Amino acid sequence: MLKFLFTVIRRDVLLAARRRGDWLTAQFFFVMVVSMFPLGVGPEPGMLRTIGPGVVWVAALLASLLSLGRLFADDYRDGTLEQMLLSPYPNTLLALGKAIAHWIINGIPLLVIAPVLGIQFNLPAEALWILVLSLAIGTPILSLLGSIGAALTLGLRGGGALVTLLILPLYVPALIFGAGAVEGVLSGTGSEAHLSLLGAFLMMSLLLAPWVSAMALKVSVE
Amino acid sequence: MNLYHYASPSTFYPLAGKLVPWFAALAFILTTAGLYISFFMAPTDFQQGEGYRIIFIHVPAAWMSMFIYVVMAFWSAIGLAWNTRLSFVMARALAPTGAMFTFVALWTGAFWGKPMWGAWWVWDARLTSELILLFLYVGVMALQAAIDDPRRSDRAGALLNLVGVINVPIIYFSVKWWNTLHQGSSLSLTRAPSMAQTMLWGMLILALAAWMYTIAVALARARTLILERERRTEWARAQLEGQA
Repeated sequence: MLKFLFTVIRRDVLLAARRRGDWLTAQFFFVMVVSMFPLGVGPEPGMLRTIGPGVVWVAALLASLLSLGRLFADDYRDGTLEQMLLSPYPNTLLALGKAIAHWIINGIPLLVIAPVLGIQFNLPAEALWILVLSLAIGTPILSLLGSIGAALTLGLRGGGALVTLLILPLYVPALIFGAGAVEGVLSGTGSEAHLSLLGAFLMMSLLLAPWVSAMALKVSVE
Repeated sequence: MNLYHYASPSTFYPLAGKLVPWFAALAFILTTAGLYISFFMAPTDFQQGEGYRIIFIHVPAAWMSMFIYVVMAFWSAIGLAWNTRLSFVMARALAPTGAMFTFVALWTGAFWGKPMWGAWWVWDARLTSELILLFLYVGVMALQAAIDDPRRSDRAGALLNLVGVINVPIIYFSVKWWNTLHQGSSLSLTRAPSMAQTMLWGMLILALAAWMYTIAVALARARTLILERERRTEWARAQLEGQA
């Protein structure tokens, strides 16, 4: 069982490593969206510090959505996905593996880039650390919930815009708790409450999302 | 009476056809009565003046917007579990009405907010979660509309609907805590607990009218959906020819 899970993850990560162009697009998208905000609202440090956590988090949501389109689509097009669904292992494991791979490919790089972007927004060191921590707990949620949307819209015309419509409302709690944790550090109320709730949301997503997205895959492929 | 008998589209279709005028008539009578009570009989609120009468539309719409989403999720769950075609038809038929009520609740809320709070929109917990509920309705309808194959469309919509219904309480509480942590909520929707008896009656009758309207519209929509899907069967053809 675990071997199957690792195989799925390893395969996706390896594919992404061989096609670096695709993979870098989402990361640069993240950097660019965040960098547009100071240009739009002005370089005043106090204001940037206020909007910083929210901007980084919203950009992380969008970057995660951008890369969701390819989560199942390539495998679906060449028929690999169908073969994987026919394998004797539970489809839930397949969906979980895909979501974990998506997080390794697209989530972890965000954690590395985020502090640099936080400095652009004049965030103090303590807030930077919490920003990374909140993204570390939050981005797996984005990958897990996103995998449901990707599975539901498999092979549809205009799938990319559709995924955004379906999944963004479901991301709301992650955004609120994630950005709220950093906000808590800045305003001095602390971040533990937000991080705990984010962790609870992660646990729930981990429990339910792979199962739903496996069902969605079956609906979409049959 | 056997309820399972009516789970088949061919028997449900004529039943719904018989029920629609009744519910429509009830909706009409209750709306007229409710509006009369709320606009002519209910006293003017001494704090809010005449503007408070918006709540007679606003509150029933807000109730229905949330309730319909749960009913849709109920039909979706039944459909996924027992693979009944009619449940999916019902879930799909309810979605536009639910979205409409959500929109009406937001719209009338804005009209009420302007004179009472001095703002069309505040990021209050209830307003924000109602807005996200509208997004959830739009998501389900957009997904159903994007898939041509009715079987896949039904199931995909039902799954999304169920994921949404699990998320609604989480979204509500997250927005609520976000709101209280960000700003000391200076505006609260909780009103004085005691309400004049006639006001309460007007609101309840209009809420009932909204129920009747929803049932009538959903059944009528379900009928067209059934006819569209069963157009190749013999009984549906007979129906269509009988009308022509």
